[in-house]
Amino acid sequence: ASAQLQLAVPVAVVFAPGSVPGDLPKPLPFRDVQEMEISVNLRTSVTSHYEMIYRRTTAREEAALDAATAREADAALHLLQDASLGSLTMYVVPETSSLLPQGISVYVGKHRSALVRAGGGLAALHTRLRQLTQVMSFSASSVSAALSDRVPDGHLGPGARRHLKSSLGYEITFSLLNPDPKSHAVDWDIEDAVNRYVQPVLDKLSLVANFSVDSQILYYAVLGVTPRFDKESSSFLLSAHSLPHVINPVEARLGSSAASLYPVLNFLLYVPERSHSPLYIQDKDGAPVSTNAFHSPRWGGIMVYNVEVPASPQASLPLHVDVDMERVMEVFLAQLRLLFGLSREELPPEFLLESPGNEGLADWELDRLLWAHTVENIATVSTTLTSLAQLLDKIGNIVIKDDVASEVYRAVASAQRALAELAMGHLHSAFQASKEAVTSSERAFFDPSLLHLLYFPDDQKFAIYIPLFLPMAVPILLSLAKIVREARQRKKEPTKMD
Amino acid sequence: VCTSRFWFNYRHVANTLSVYRSVKRLGIPDSHIVLMLADDMACNPRNPKPATVFSHKNMELNVYGDDVEVDYRSYEVTVENFLRVLTGRIPPSTPRSKRLLSDDRSNILIYMTGHGGNGFLKFQDSEEITNVELADAFEQMWQKRRYNELLFIIDTCQGASMYERFYSPNIMALASSQVGEDSLSHQPDLGIGVHLMDRYTFYVLEFLEEIHPASQSNMNDLFQVCPKSLCVSTPGHRTDLFQRDPQNVLITDFFGSVRKVEITTDTISLDVDLAGFESK
Repeated sequence: ASAQLQLAVPVAVVFAPGSVPGDLPKPLPFRDVQEMEISVNLRTSVTSHYEMIYRRTTAREEAALDAATAREADAALHLLQDASLGSLTMYVVPETSSLLPQGISVYVGKHRSALVRAGGGLAALHTRLRQLTQVMSFSASSVSAALSDRVPDGHLGPGARRHLKSSLGYEITFSLLNPDPKSHAVDWDIEDAVNRYVQPVLDKLSLVANFSVDSQILYYAVLGVTPRFDKESSSFLLSAHSLPHVINPVEARLGSSAASLYPVLNFLLYVPERSHSPLYIQDKDGAPVSTNAFHSPRWGGIMVYNVEVPASPQASLPLHVDVDMERVMEVFLAQLRLLFGLSREELPPEFLLESPGNEGLADWELDRLLWAHTVENIATVSTTLTSLAQLLDKIGNIVIKDDVASEVYRAVASAQRALAELAMGHLHSAFQASKEAVTSSERAFFDPSLLHLLYFPDDQKFAIYIPLFLPMAVPILLSLAKIVREARQRKKEPTKMD
Repeated sequence: VCTSRFWFNYRHVANTLSVYRSVKRLGIPDSHIVLMLADDMACNPRNPKPATVFSHKNMELNVYGDDVEVDYRSYEVTVENFLRVLTGRIPPSTPRSKRLLSDDRSNILIYMTGHGGNGFLKFQDSEEITNVELADAFEQMWQKRRYNELLFIIDTCQGASMYERFYSPNIMALASSQVGEDSLSHQPDLGIGVHLMDRYTFYVLEFLEEIHPASQSNMNDLFQVCPKSLCVSTPGHRTDLFQRDPQNVLITDFFGSVRKVEITTDTISLDVDLAGFESK
């Protein structure tokens, strides 16, 4: 199905005193619109409109920019803005400003604003601003990833289809695997850890989807691979190429909630057996991985937690182990970010990103997710409804129930509303509308009454009725012919007799 | 999917259970398998060894075992349920284990066995599924991107007719016999009194026994299994709808489950002190 999407991003570029470039086309304040087209395939394209407003700082903003560090400035500026979802504000500071450290020309805060160092004239500023908007909202690659099922095969990079698909909800399961309970009695205070560390992140993501969290402990669950013993480091090593085979034997025992159909994200904490301790994961070059963890796209992550060998070798078994949940959650939450596609790699070295802290992700990262999911939702609705229409064309006598019809109408209306909101730059309402559209279209498409088996193709109808009616029809037709012949003869005779 | 019932169709159940066992051995968990059987063999009053289903004569290998998870059994194995599983048009009350929860990155293996004819497959002696319906079901799956690649294996008489009508991309199909040929069974076991396996599946299983999760065997090897001298019928295959060259497709892409993994290189930093204040 063809789709032309317009994404509007409101961007404010605010010049602090001493940072206005000399070659501005118009005096401040002024507006400008920059467009960029991302063409996904022959019939799908995404046009982005960056609605730029160029202005000077207000007095209060200037006071905020007088702060000692970029982080404090960002915090102060956040209070002054009313940044709605999807909008960006960029403050241009003078080239000599000490807010940004040496060598850094762009600082991205944890809300929706950034500090840019002036210098190099208007052209250089524009380049930096364009890079910055692509980082903080969406880029050609993030849009193509969201529309991955429309990208022609061969154009997709190896990283395609890694991120979790947009869904109404996700289930997160934390599992503790203890293969050797005789040696290790492992205690993890998962409930406290979830409330302290995980819940703030999920609260931030609650706009995107519903999350449910559960946890379990599995005993005598072993990895499918036997680690090698390495004499030099006197530890056990799992090489990178054996990692893909680790997950499957465990998965059979993980279980999942029978009731929900949401995708499940599994986070496993593996405490190696005493005979295989300490266990380290090796990367492709043979170096031990600092996090001792790996993850699988669209599935979850596994972390290996080594128990310290006790000082006295005569310590009684089982050893009591209190898991350091902070260290564990730092890894699991990082993996959660990566599963959703929020990575902070591939940035130019002069960019400095503020750490989001306990919230897990910055506001603009949430926006990135919402842009990608909204685009993906709208494309999915378009494909689903087109496919449904084609099904109806093919099977002419299919019966559409009233509720299926109303879901289709609702899906179309919501999708149109989502497109309109996107074109106006209202990311929040566009996302909500796209969610409603997807829910309705999926309900319509997967309605159990639309099974094409129930509708007979024409050749089967002939095959059933002809053997019944043809033998009956033969004598009927013959006698009809006889009647017609007799009637004609009778008509002729009276004229003859006279 | 085993589409037959009754004692004399023992071999179809043994076929299906053997493939099920191989697939589990190569790493696919039960949560990712939908098994449809009439399941009337193990506890059949005519079974001299109750609670077992054997695939080799002299009762070497009990494929029923104690961890078989049958998702659709007995009278639930119908054409309607099969198509519902494939297309996803399932009543909302169906549990997770009876659904095909696949997405655009899933490779799906479909194995069907039973009695078939030119263009149809008989389900439980009371209904049929035609090759047109199957092709349409696959197209519905493709429209919703419910599969990345699909491998369809069928072991019935005139099996090649079932894949003639496929038109959706990324499907590879194998059949045990061509149109006009019958697929023959392998060997009877005099103790049990019925034929235990069909020839094609028997040789496919011998081939699969050599495969382990890290194996690099590809699809061309699978096409060579069961030449006419052993099988009497001529196995066929169809790869024109498939994007990749069968040479490059690993057996474990469909029969096993090898996941893509990435090493986690960074962590986020959590502030313990703040965490206490921010929680509810």
